[in-house]
Amino acid sequence: MIRVENLEKQFGRRAAVRGISFEVRPGEVLGFLGPNGAGKSTTMRMITGFLPPTAGRVTVDDLDVVERPVEARRRIGYLPENAPAYGDMTVEDFLDFVAQVRGFDGAERRARVSATIERCLLGAVRRQPIETLSKGYRQRTCFAQAILHDPPILIMDEPTEGLDPNQKHVVRDMIRQMGREKVIILSTHILEEVEAICTRALIISAGKIVADGTPSDLKKRGGRERSLDEVFRELTRTEDVAGAARREVAP
Amino acid sequence: MSFRNIRAVARREWNAYFNSPIAYVFLVIFLALAAFFTFFIDRFYEFGQADLRRFFGWHPWLYLVLVPAAAMRLWAEERRSGTIELLLTLPMTPLEALLGKFFAAWGFLALALLLTFVTPLTAFYLGHPDPGVVALGYLGSVLLSGAYLAIGLFTSALTRNQVISFILAVVIGLFLILAGYPPVTDFVARFAPQSVVEGVAAFSFLTHFDNLQRGVLDARDLVYFASVMAFMLFATQEALRGRAAR
Repeated sequence: MIRVENLEKQFGRRAAVRGISFEVRPGEVLGFLGPNGAGKSTTMRMITGFLPPTAGRVTVDDLDVVERPVEARRRIGYLPENAPAYGDMTVEDFLDFVAQVRGFDGAERRARVSATIERCLLGAVRRQPIETLSKGYRQRTCFAQAILHDPPILIMDEPTEGLDPNQKHVVRDMIRQMGREKVIILSTHILEEVEAICTRALIISAGKIVADGTPSDLKKRGGRERSLDEVFRELTRTEDVAGAARREVAP
Repeated sequence: MSFRNIRAVARREWNAYFNSPIAYVFLVIFLALAAFFTFFIDRFYEFGQADLRRFFGWHPWLYLVLVPAAAMRLWAEERRSGTIELLLTLPMTPLEALLGKFFAAWGFLALALLLTFVTPLTAFYLGHPDPGVVALGYLGSVLLSGAYLAIGLFTSALTRNQVISFILAVVIGLFLILAGYPPVTDFVARFAPQSVVEGVAAFSFLTHFDNLQRGVLDARDLVYFASVMAFMLFATQEALRGRAAR
């Protein structure tokens, strides 16, 4: 379970996240929605312990991610924004490196890496350096790294970004299936994706939660049934265009 | 502290050197320059002395430029490509990650140094240098490269820009050399008391490196190099913690 309490993040004078609280339980697939610069990635970075919060706290299975970072991270699989991976390594070596740090050894490690390669359909490129791969393969390589240790908690920043429609379909099926017993948080700009895989959605705008509910609840906001797209625009339109330009540079 | 995490990171970094042309370019240039300075500039053969001071004497200057070049990518590249977010959210402390990188790079520098073995072989063929002095010379050189490396690792953690990392490391290294470089210390001695000159020189790589080159094994010199490394690695850890502010 993930518990986020009054989370805040300040970058210099700019408040990126301004008091966010929520809980996610196993079996929930929570979608973060919001305009660029709304604070989605910053919130995810604080949950994974990459960025220390300015105020508030995050616990993962009752472990504080700031006070007990290593234990908390063992339970988390994380796919950062833009799916970073070491370009000079082959897919297999990269996953083997992650498996080492995740505590797997010998035959178990080889089996784990192979199984993950199969599962993420990376067999054809397993011995290719990551820098030579197309965006879709790179995205799936980083996705593979996140699920390799079968974590109870998965945090994914735009997991289907850069995938073609077939690949998107495969990844969404995997997320839906894993969502039955895991805690999953993902961010996306694709509203149909939220309806397809999320059991719950948070709309974040200017560092605050402006809506929280199942996709069908959100559509019924204001008494009449509308598209998620309309609801999204209504809730976040105060966000000026400059909001996107102010977006902080990734550390 | 988990040894397996340090080893996993070290292995990855070591392979990263050899997966790219960096390793080969570095080794060839290091060996070529070391030989060039020793045999052509310093005319090793004409000196009629089979000792290696002329060989080791160049190392502080060689390392000044080459070690920051080998170190600059260690963290800057992680920042630029975003893999730092991956690395620092694995179940591993920043200290384990930076020690892994440090040992991989130090091992690589030690390999480069080891490949200079032809020079001592030449000296042993031509005369009778003291093997103990040669061994201490190598020990001093390894420690010196580790100290430069720790500085380069620190400046690399400060920025995503490898050029900035390189320049900062060279400037810090230059300061630590010049504090004990005779033309500078002689100049300072003209207006400052001897104790000040010695105090400043005590901070210098050259002062401590020279002792080892003369064949003097003094614990103070070993402690000096160990402290420079420990201090810079600690500073690197703090720089990584401060990543949030950027």
